[in-house]
Amino acid sequence: MATIDQPRSETAGKQYKVLGTRPIRHDGADKVTGRAIYTNDMQLTGMLHGRILRSPHAHARIKSIDTSAAEALPGVLAVCTGADFPDVKDKIAELGEGAVNLAHLSANVMAHDKVLYKGHAVAAVAAKSPHIAEEALKLIRVEYEVLPHVLWVLDAMKDDAPLLHDNVYTEELGGKQSDKPSNIAKHLHFEQGNVEEGFAQADIVIEREFKTATVHQGYIEPHVSVALWNQDNRLTIWTATQGSFTARQQTAEVLQIPVSNVTVVPCEIGGGFGGKISIYLEPVAAILSRKSGRPVKIVMSRAEVFEGTGPTPATFIRVKLGATRDGKLVAAQAYLAYEAGGFPGGVIGPGCMCVFSCYDIPNAVVDGYDVCVNKPKTQAYRAPGATQAAFACETVIDEIAEKLGIDPIEFRLKNAAKEGTRRVDGPVYPRVGFIETLEAARNSDHYQSELTGPYRGRGVASGFWFNVGLKSAASASVNPDGTVTLVEGSTDIGGTRTTVAMQLAETLGIAAEDVIPRVEDTDGVGYTDVTGGSRVTYATGLAAYHCGLDIIAQMKERAAILWDCEPDQVEFADGTFTGPGQSATFKELARRLLETGGGIVGRASVDGGGATNGFGTHIVDVEVDPETGKVTILRYTAVQDAGKAVHPSYVEGQMQGGAVQGIGWALNEEYYYDADGRMRNASMLDYRMPTAYDLPNIETIIVEVPNPKHPYGVRGVGETPIVPPPAAIANAIYRAVGVRMRELPMQPHKVWKAINSQE
Amino acid sequence: MSAATSAYVFLPRIRRVPSPPTPQLAAEIAALKDFEYAAAATVEEAVSLLAARGDSARVLAGGTDILVQLREGLRSVDLLVDIKKIPELTVLEYSPETGLKLGAATPCYRIYGDERLRTAYAALCDATRIIGGWQVQSRASVGGNLCNSSPAADSIPALIVHSATCQIAGPSGVRELPVEEFCTGPGRNALERGEFLVSLTFPPPLPRSGSHYLRHIPRNEMDIAVAGAGAWLALDESGRIAAARVALSAVAPTPKFAAEASEYLVGKAPTEEVFREAGELAKKVASPITDMRGPAEYRIHLAGVLVRRALTKAAERAQSGY
Repeated sequence: MATIDQPRSETAGKQYKVLGTRPIRHDGADKVTGRAIYTNDMQLTGMLHGRILRSPHAHARIKSIDTSAAEALPGVLAVCTGADFPDVKDKIAELGEGAVNLAHLSANVMAHDKVLYKGHAVAAVAAKSPHIAEEALKLIRVEYEVLPHVLWVLDAMKDDAPLLHDNVYTEELGGKQSDKPSNIAKHLHFEQGNVEEGFAQADIVIEREFKTATVHQGYIEPHVSVALWNQDNRLTIWTATQGSFTARQQTAEVLQIPVSNVTVVPCEIGGGFGGKISIYLEPVAAILSRKSGRPVKIVMSRAEVFEGTGPTPATFIRVKLGATRDGKLVAAQAYLAYEAGGFPGGVIGPGCMCVFSCYDIPNAVVDGYDVCVNKPKTQAYRAPGATQAAFACETVIDEIAEKLGIDPIEFRLKNAAKEGTRRVDGPVYPRVGFIETLEAARNSDHYQSELTGPYRGRGVASGFWFNVGLKSAASASVNPDGTVTLVEGSTDIGGTRTTVAMQLAETLGIAAEDVIPRVEDTDGVGYTDVTGGSRVTYATGLAAYHCGLDIIAQMKERAAILWDCEPDQVEFADGTFTGPGQSATFKELARRLLETGGGIVGRASVDGGGATNGFGTHIVDVEVDPETGKVTILRYTAVQDAGKAVHPSYVEGQMQGGAVQGIGWALNEEYYYDADGRMRNASMLDYRMPTAYDLPNIETIIVEVPNPKHPYGVRGVGETPIVPPPAAIANAIYRAVGVRMRELPMQPHKVWKAINSQE
Repeated sequence: MSAATSAYVFLPRIRRVPSPPTPQLAAEIAALKDFEYAAAATVEEAVSLLAARGDSARVLAGGTDILVQLREGLRSVDLLVDIKKIPELTVLEYSPETGLKLGAATPCYRIYGDERLRTAYAALCDATRIIGGWQVQSRASVGGNLCNSSPAADSIPALIVHSATCQIAGPSGVRELPVEEFCTGPGRNALERGEFLVSLTFPPPLPRSGSHYLRHIPRNEMDIAVAGAGAWLALDESGRIAAARVALSAVAPTPKFAAEASEYLVGKAPTEEVFREAGELAKKVASPITDMRGPAEYRIHLAGVLVRRALTKAAERAQSGY
């Protein structure tokens, strides 16, 4: 593991005491001893167990639901259906990594009049044991009128396709709407320069079509929620969520109750990757609790997770690129059709923004379509929409580089986005580190090494993802022993308790271990947006920094009292307060707070708007078995600009984890549907995420081009690393066996077939 | 005899936790429908329990298939008859003169862990080493793998190429059946009401013989075969093939003995050319479906590749005395 420092901004070269070190994570002991409290650990007196009845059909109208027999089963205390949910008007709620129409959210949580995918929730039961609840589900009679279904984005776009919603119209640029209802919910269009003129200047133009499969985030912990609707109408929810405030807002809006009546307690979370932002079980458990007067827990099975929660979409993408003979990209065009799932509002937006985001292309046009199909409502999944787009773009980039006889990294360097590059959707980049990651990749031991042997090839691909800013709050109290208790609202899915605590420690000049971070519930901390968009170490870290400044200002006042001087005569540097003829370390001063007016609480609430962008480049060596088509990954290196790697082990962990998930997309993962629209591989056995046996060590190279908009130069790192792998592997397969794979996943049988058709 | 108790008592995970179980474990286990459990002490007792309950009773050996099927609602039973407490069900008796007798409930790890079997029944060792992870291998039995009768079962091609014979106990005594006749369809087999598999017997190893089982899976572990092939051959003193058996899995409704390919090999030199041709002949018994594990044409193609590779390794082992 290497860290390459690129001191090119005013924050570069700064010496840090805490940042860049690798302290033991604050939540480590709880996790390795099994004592961390996950939602499924919650046991409340009198708690009932909920189970959900799900649609066996991909598309059907619900004619009637008879729950009387289930209600009569001894041990059943409550049953609910869509009829128990209030009517919610169309209203858009921002969720951090996307927005949601609340009427659609409500109908996704529990079908109201139609089921739109197999696994769509139809009714729920709360009983004294899960077994009774399970039996009760079998007693619910649902009469369906089965409708024709549509499972593939291009089929759903046809005029005669089965229509999912009769009130969804195509939203065009400028708010125009189509005349008749459509599965196409939105058409996005971005443009810069003049593509026709651009392609006319090109010496080489390549246009290719790509398909990607529906894939799931695959977090280990299934969704689980516990709700207690108290007699005073206060609702408490313990849940596995990436955003407690987002869960609170969604639940309150779906149930039409004030947000202040809802407390969301975020428990320890067993993975999210974007999939635990939308609510599923929370309002269902709440309604069952209200009806039964008891706390209710609902735990999803793995099959329910696959079939009833949001994967990332299958897509169809066409990319056309034009370049001059000397390797300068002059024009680009993309057509992206992304499945939204059963309800509108997929990840087409970021797909369009990311497709050409790595390159400086003067003339470009991008058209994107958000399309409903009879599959689960898609949700965010680590750099949502970008991996699909990069698979297409980076494969064409590789092909152009090859045809022009230019090294793929050199080709990217000639066209790399940099400060001042305008992305096709408008924004102009601030200082970014793409060029530096390419240089680091080119200079790496991996890229410089020789790859020999038959059926072996090396591929390269780059990737981009935004860092959203958004809102975070934090407060911190100084303890008499000089430690500081930090309270934040960002649920920790990537080690952020520690990376945020380290930024507070750096600010206060104390050790990382002297900060005790806690993730509080929605009543215990100020408003904090979702953990997503690679934002927490950046934005909640910014809140911790300001919190630290607030503490220092207050401590200076206390020092002034003790030293009988003015607060502005007290200086603070390197963890020590200095006044006229006096000085005290942070710890020494902390000991004297109670005699100078009481404890100190620092606080901050920030809107971290203006976060920047993360770029990465991956290198992979593969070997292909030409007789079976099976791809073995021999070596893998991920390079990424982290701005400032606060805790390098976590940055490496994010790079490795993202690469592993991307490898899963590349080689095996997909939702496999039968002709009736039923997913046939809704288990970890048959869904085939990579196991440890399928992966080499993922080598990492951290590049540090500080983010000028953050006091410590931090850029988010969590999402970018999932973006390059499928394209990098496709490019490596081409170098190994001479076939261009343009459909994900690239399972053995597809690679075998491609090799065979070539011969 | 009714040794029936609640399902709660026998689940291995419960045994490990202090009594009473935590509410969470109890809740989790309660998700499984109640059924009766009986541990038979003798073959006769097991037969009478099974005969009395018919289709609503199932045999429990290692439980690595049946418990998962019950938990996931794929199967429903009223009675599980645990046979692994019957002494002859867990025997592993081997001598170079008489061959191998394997109790139907003998777990996988005892097979591949037995040095004596490593060369004598190499394909069986190969197969038992890749069924699940080591936790599964500590419980799962070859008899259970056979009786689950999955078309993709890893051990069955190995049993076929090793010429195993099934000993089946039932209301009218014990009968024998060649293993290649045991499976009759996906999840179906030759067992009649009241019958269960007691043991498998294998002829003693021939000199200069070798065998191998391999499968193709998209991942490198924890996966179900897209196609699998077992091969066994014995060489004569001149190094030509004196006898051979080839079998396939996951390419037909049942694992298949490839008779034509096996016969073709006899008298031939063990060359790549010959093994390739045997692979082509073996494809004739493949009639796979297209499903989430792979398209039919690919599986047929794999059958040929895997048979060739299995034979090549079997021949290497025969020549090297592996």
